[in-house]
Amino acid sequence: MRPAPAAPSPNPYDLYAATIVEKVRVTEDIDTVRLQLVDPAARRSFRFQAGQFNMLYVFGVGEVAISIVSDPDEPQALDHTIRAVGRVTKAIQGMGLGDTLGVRGPFGRGWPLDDVRGKDVVVVTGGLGCAPVVGAIDYMFRRREAYGAVTILHGIKTPRDLLYRERFEAWRRHADTTVLLTSDQPDKTWHDHVGVVTELFEQVAIDPARTVVLMCGPEIMMRLGAPILLQRGIPATALYLALERHMECGIGLCGHCQMGPYFLCKDGPVMRYEQVAPFLGRPGV
Amino acid sequence: MTPIKRPPAGPGLLPKSSFQLLLDALQSQGYRVMGQRLRDGAVKWDDIRQVSDLPVGWRDVQEPGRYRLESTDSGRFFEVVNGPESVKRFAFAPREPLLVIERSQKSFRATPTLPHVEKTALLGVRACDLAGLAVQDRIFLHDAYPDPYYQARRENLFLVAVNCARALPTCFCASMNTGPKAQAGFDLALTELEDAFLVEAGSQAGQALLQHLPLSPASDKPLAEAEAQMEACAKSQTRRLETAQLPQALYDAHEHPRWDQVAARCLACGNCTMVCPTCFCHTVEDAPDVTLQRTEQARLWDSCFTQEHGYIHGKNIRPAIKDRYRMWLTHKLASWVDQFGMSGCVGCGRCITWCPVGIDLTEELPALLDTERR
Repeated sequence: MRPAPAAPSPNPYDLYAATIVEKVRVTEDIDTVRLQLVDPAARRSFRFQAGQFNMLYVFGVGEVAISIVSDPDEPQALDHTIRAVGRVTKAIQGMGLGDTLGVRGPFGRGWPLDDVRGKDVVVVTGGLGCAPVVGAIDYMFRRREAYGAVTILHGIKTPRDLLYRERFEAWRRHADTTVLLTSDQPDKTWHDHVGVVTELFEQVAIDPARTVVLMCGPEIMMRLGAPILLQRGIPATALYLALERHMECGIGLCGHCQMGPYFLCKDGPVMRYEQVAPFLGRPGV
Repeated sequence: MTPIKRPPAGPGLLPKSSFQLLLDALQSQGYRVMGQRLRDGAVKWDDIRQVSDLPVGWRDVQEPGRYRLESTDSGRFFEVVNGPESVKRFAFAPREPLLVIERSQKSFRATPTLPHVEKTALLGVRACDLAGLAVQDRIFLHDAYPDPYYQARRENLFLVAVNCARALPTCFCASMNTGPKAQAGFDLALTELEDAFLVEAGSQAGQALLQHLPLSPASDKPLAEAEAQMEACAKSQTRRLETAQLPQALYDAHEHPRWDQVAARCLACGNCTMVCPTCFCHTVEDAPDVTLQRTEQARLWDSCFTQEHGYIHGKNIRPAIKDRYRMWLTHKLASWVDQFGMSGCVGCGRCITWCPVGIDLTEELPALLDTERR
């Protein structure tokens, strides 16, 4: 089990002020916000792992857990891709360059990207966006020679839901990389596969002995998809899932992010399939 | 060198006529002394100055969904076993300010607001509540992120336990191995006998306090009397919780039809979580003042029975009362064990008493595990 990285401050509730230094609109309701900690010493000492998250705070509104999608080797700039769906995320959407947010973190366990060097990596995603895994893909492509074949399988409902189209196209151009897209409610503009993402498994060659799978998306997709991958010979220990629950503290104390025996904020948000299989997609868990 | 007056090695005997000296000693050591006092038809932790502030002449009657005080001829100080409040709030505050955040120009500055806590002595802590505090210590002090707010409060507590002489029909500490005798985590432990208290130290601070009391060595007779009293108290408990098959058996019972039956009665009021000595869920609020230049971030006790607890952007993971009761019980008795290596239940019985419809987990668990109570 990877150790949970220590919090940067002895008081895990204390927060750093951070300035928005860049803001890129991804879609109508999604922005990528680049933050820089105001305090130079904090900025220098801040470290994180791919797939970890920060608690972002808006003055007078509150906090929200958002994964860090930028590269861990450049921790002076912290990118967060944020969909405006709740009180805090909508407030962040309304903010601009030079505005200040609070940052508390980094928290949680991310993708095991350094542990799986040399392996083939299959990334399975579904639904709208999936920021945590975009950070992981970027991480691998910046170190392309460190990984074997990379396969990216992405499923969406309608073609309108395909965010990051250019990114998929760009990823497709990397060596030894396969990108397959599917829509289960396509329209006339759609030229890729028709169906759900699990159908794409049949179209790719997988060497189970040297493959790890990273999954991120609706729980139902992971619950239905994982057993098919196991049948293909992928060990349950080589299947990693990014899971989502409401998080208020980020440190395993507020109780909201529980999934069975786990606190996803500190034991996750990335979990091994064998850990969460009994609880995945179970109603009310 | 002044000779140190050594207290007896084993438990000492304090005549009841000298009981006030214990309070005086605590107060002279700078402790704010609190005990359970009569309030609103129950007992509540409050300041006490004299031992007569304790609810002498009263005792509590508890059943599922029912709590009453009634007068008694007994002159004992600790006839009332407990009320809705455990000692949890003295360490895990119901509302704890975490940060004050002040705007300056376009930026802001956050300052942690660690509580300034008076040294507080709690007189009359029951074994189940000590066990509850140990569970809370495990969560807030001995996990990945020690909580400085909890720690600041906890460090200033002096705990005077009282071994139970009387069990309520809702008590099941004996089956949870948490009582009726206080086992650990106290500074002093008292056993109330007819005319005297047996007093025992459980910490250095407790040992130091004993120096101020006119204790005499306890002979075999009061020691035997105390043992017999606690044994009888344990034996009189009618409720029990069979935890041998946990946690797995409860995970396996996820689809059991009994959840529907209990959900049909449960009001999702959250009382059980508010009176529970171990529940730790909380939410965080941001409370700006009228100038909008200054805001306080605070945490508040939360309950897994609320609508919001299972909220995640746009949906509720636990929309039905059945989901929430199942979450509560499964957490308390099963996942808690996986999370912290101990049960989330200490057998105090408060969730049974204070449930408005008298839902009883000692009845629900065997039904869910298909092992009817014997």
